[in-house]
Amino acid sequence: MTDPRENIIICRCNDVTQKEIEELIDQGITDIEEIKRLLRVGMGPCQGRTCIPLVIGIIARKTGKRPEEIPVPATRIPTRPVPMGVLVGDCDEE
Amino acid sequence: MRSEAKTVIIGGGIIGLSIAYNLAKLGESDVVVLEKSYLGNGSTFRCGTGIRQQFGDEANIRMMKRSVELWKGMKDELGCDVEFKQSGYLFLLYDEEELRSFKANVKLQNRFGVPSRIISPDEAKMIVPPLNTEGVIAAAWNHTDGKANPFRAVFAYANAAKRLGVKIYEYTEARDIKVEEGRIKAVLTNRGEIRTGRVINAANAWAPIINRMAGVPIRIPIEPYKHQGIKTEPIKPGQIEPMVISFKHGGVYLTQEANQGGVIGGYELKYGPTYDITPTYEFLRGVSYRFTQLIPALKYVNVIRIWGGYYAETPDGNAAIGRIEELDEFYIAAGFSGHGFMLAPAVGEALAELIVDGKTEKPLWFYDPYRFERGELREQAIQMG
Repeated sequence: MTDPRENIIICRCNDVTQKEIEELIDQGITDIEEIKRLLRVGMGPCQGRTCIPLVIGIIARKTGKRPEEIPVPATRIPTRPVPMGVLVGDCDEE
Repeated sequence: MRSEAKTVIIGGGIIGLSIAYNLAKLGESDVVVLEKSYLGNGSTFRCGTGIRQQFGDEANIRMMKRSVELWKGMKDELGCDVEFKQSGYLFLLYDEEELRSFKANVKLQNRFGVPSRIISPDEAKMIVPPLNTEGVIAAAWNHTDGKANPFRAVFAYANAAKRLGVKIYEYTEARDIKVEEGRIKAVLTNRGEIRTGRVINAANAWAPIINRMAGVPIRIPIEPYKHQGIKTEPIKPGQIEPMVISFKHGGVYLTQEANQGGVIGGYELKYGPTYDITPTYEFLRGVSYRFTQLIPALKYVNVIRIWGGYYAETPDGNAAIGRIEELDEFYIAAGFSGHGFMLAPAVGEALAELIVDGKTEKPLWFYDPYRFERGELREQAIQMG
């Protein structure tokens, strides 16, 4: 019998399942910054727009914290994917 | 939280955790590690992932040769795959002067068993197919250099240390160090006091603050500078396997991550001294310009994110590692100037030997924290990014 949580993809960019996230929390890793880095949730092209709210929900449910007690990881520029060529286009004086 | 420990390590980055693990391995497992944030948050998690033996001096070459041996065995030793891959380091050389100095480095590296060599631009292009070799006259290449996953490495050390009895406290900040008649008595934290007779300052960017708490009587100049990293979306595997470096393009370095496939890297742009690590648009533009000069096809690749991190720099680009004699017992292992991640396995091993056995065969003398006070700076370490 496969665990149904194996089929629930939380982070679509990096294929991270609900099971992987819950297993990490069960091991005592409940800090969203650590979960992010160990599983790379929120580190793909969507930069967490899809998955981070779901991860916060899972952590809240598993740890009994309120969702607003869980800090949202930093948003990194450029916030949405931009081709390097576009960035270089206005960089030609160098 | 424990109220007493034989050793308190301040700093839960890879250096502090490697020291903790190695102390425990030598039987000194009564160790507490304090981390003011989450593990790895200072410099380790923000690093460029590279591991290289191509330095220009004996001590760094020997330390890194030992480190690479330890990186290679880490999966077995710590029981966790840290995604270490010996994918090499490729320094692109553009003029005779660069070539001369890298030839001398290669000779020295070879003397200590590092198999680096000078190769032609065509060979470089075979190693990195999309590389722009225009203007390149040669390259320095070592296939035994590599890269690893900093996130996994930190947790590998932390978990192995915990299994041996080390206690790790996150979100626990050292606020003061109690010293009486030259002896360490306790570390005060935001969560209470830990009585101890031995403190190890592994706080890297924050090391000067810890030194002040203990009243370290010598000058150990370490200053935090903001450097930045960039990561792209994944590209086809095997395109940019080694770390590719060009000093002619502003100390740019880039590689494809072993398992994720995105391109990661940075260049020498720095700000500081500062504790502000907000990413800048200047970096985003500058790094994109340099990456596309070296690998023109990256024009079509999306940037996913940039981030800031610290180089805790000393005047000669080498760390301060050793015992502070005036304080019983206080050690420092900080100021890694961008090389802490790669050096961590050997530094942890060597410092643990120094503490437990009173001596080590490894060339820790090179990183003598008293050298600044004495005015005996080392030759500037080969630094990139």
